[in-house]
Amino acid sequence: MKIDITVFVKQVVDPDAPISSFHIDPTSKQLSIKPDTPFIINGFDETAVEAALRLKDSVGANITVVSLGYNFVMDVIKKPLSMGADNLILLQDAAFQNLDSFTTAKILSKAVSTIGNTDLFICGRQASDWDNAQVPLVLSELLGLPCLTIAKNIRIDNNTVEIEKVLPEGHEVIQAKLPAIVTVSNELGEPRYATLRGIMSAGRKTPSIYTAKDLNIDTADLSPKLIIEEISVPNSDKKCEMLSGDNSIEIGRKLALKLRESRIF
Amino acid sequence: MTEILILGEQANGDLNSLSKELLAAADSISDNISIAFLGNDNRSVAEDAIRYGASKVYLLQSKLLNDWSVDTRVAAYEHLLGKISPSVILLGKTQIGQDIGPRLACRLGVGLSQDSISIALDPKTMRPVATRPVLGGRMIAKVSFAEDGPNIIVIRKGSYDINKPNDNNEGDIQEITFHVEQSDKNIHHIQTILSDPGGVKLENAPVIVAGGRGLGGPEPFEMLSDLAKLLGGSVGASRAACDAGWIDHNYQIGLTGKNVSPALYITVGISGASQHMAGCSGAKFIVAINKDPDANIFKEASLGAVGDWEKILPSFISTVKDLLET
Repeated sequence: MKIDITVFVKQVVDPDAPISSFHIDPTSKQLSIKPDTPFIINGFDETAVEAALRLKDSVGANITVVSLGYNFVMDVIKKPLSMGADNLILLQDAAFQNLDSFTTAKILSKAVSTIGNTDLFICGRQASDWDNAQVPLVLSELLGLPCLTIAKNIRIDNNTVEIEKVLPEGHEVIQAKLPAIVTVSNELGEPRYATLRGIMSAGRKTPSIYTAKDLNIDTADLSPKLIIEEISVPNSDKKCEMLSGDNSIEIGRKLALKLRESRIF
Repeated sequence: MTEILILGEQANGDLNSLSKELLAAADSISDNISIAFLGNDNRSVAEDAIRYGASKVYLLQSKLLNDWSVDTRVAAYEHLLGKISPSVILLGKTQIGQDIGPRLACRLGVGLSQDSISIALDPKTMRPVATRPVLGGRMIAKVSFAEDGPNIIVIRKGSYDINKPNDNNEGDIQEITFHVEQSDKNIHHIQTILSDPGGVKLENAPVIVAGGRGLGGPEPFEMLSDLAKLLGGSVGASRAACDAGWIDHNYQIGLTGKNVSPALYITVGISGASQHMAGCSGAKFIVAINKDPDANIFKEASLGAVGDWEKILPSFISTVKDLLET
């Protein structure tokens, strides 16, 4: 049995980009990202691609990667293809920028019929820009599908998906009938590297692109439920006392004495 | 007065500390606070909630089921919200809370602010305004809601100081029965496998010694563990150390790991990325040992030592031992 998997990925600003990559407008208090700032596929979404590829290896799967946005960086967004995914669909429109989670899920729910048959949707547990962890859950409500969150392992057997869900002190095994939505976490393991052959083959593939009009979405309906009033840089008033000494052994000793002196232990 | 509904949680028959924080958060913007619990066998939790500031307690019970999966919980809250219309709903950022919030928001057609650290009321609209870290904690966003409520805000643990309980508080306790069918559930629980924490539970540990990428391998965690035991605490780790397989993910501290607030947090070889700091922002005193003097951890720590942990740690541990013996 070969299953159809759809993986949703988001192009995000590299979380390790220097702080100088971000600009906050002093009047509007809104955040903008300077040109030349590196973008990546959200880390948890790369884990989602890895999870799909493992199922492709074990039970056989056709993997379609879908991304919603605008201003895609082709080399970045094609990475899942170079890792081994089969198809790439971009839902691309100028109206698909700065959306809140609810609106994003609404657009994805309308795109599902265009994407084609899907037995299993896999998403990252959250995106590193807003850490909302909302889209898969809202999508599950809109599509009437079960949503199994924070998986570190996914198994498919006989039209059923079973995951090991990460718990604070262990894990639980839960199941649902397909079609279903699963979100994955870093506990699943490191995503594989793209192979040279994968990169060559990804280069030859062209993504299918759909605009709001193609998806029959009236952009006037995309009003957000959340409004960003302002963005600021957290002010840290902490002052770190740095210990000095002739050598590391002395520094270690001073550290203990200092903590004892301050009655920390 | 703005009515606030808290989706309360209990731990082993007690009002949990996060619910007490939610009561303090609600108290900071309103006097009209109600709280809902699942199950009707928890009068003492209800009474406790009143002592901590709730004026109304709803105990939600279904005739059919006594298992509180996310599906059942969402159905229970949806039923309650068919009867009452608060302007704000608060819940805690727990694993289950994070799953319930977005689904409930979708069903009610309302907005939701995830992972918030403080709330206020906009005096003009009387709608809530939430403050929350974004970009892994590198920025702080203030978000408001486009429409009237009930708008939902998920609060991060450790954001509010718990109020003192007051035995003179009075409140109503109301039982509400709702209906769910077995077929309403589409996720089936097979089994739960708990790992043995072996020692002090991370969330309750007064002292945590956490190691990161700078340790270079799994072996050094033994030394960290020795130090933790000496100080009556537990060992922890950054996500990088867990992802490398040096230590189990149950020890991961950070935005998507555990949220800890020990009196003393000692980091060894942790660079202090904002995603890690999001998990220990409640720590009272942070000590950083790192060989990179420019590491971000030194911006967050109270006491810092630049150098090789392999040399610093043994003399630190032996001095601690000596001091504890005298």
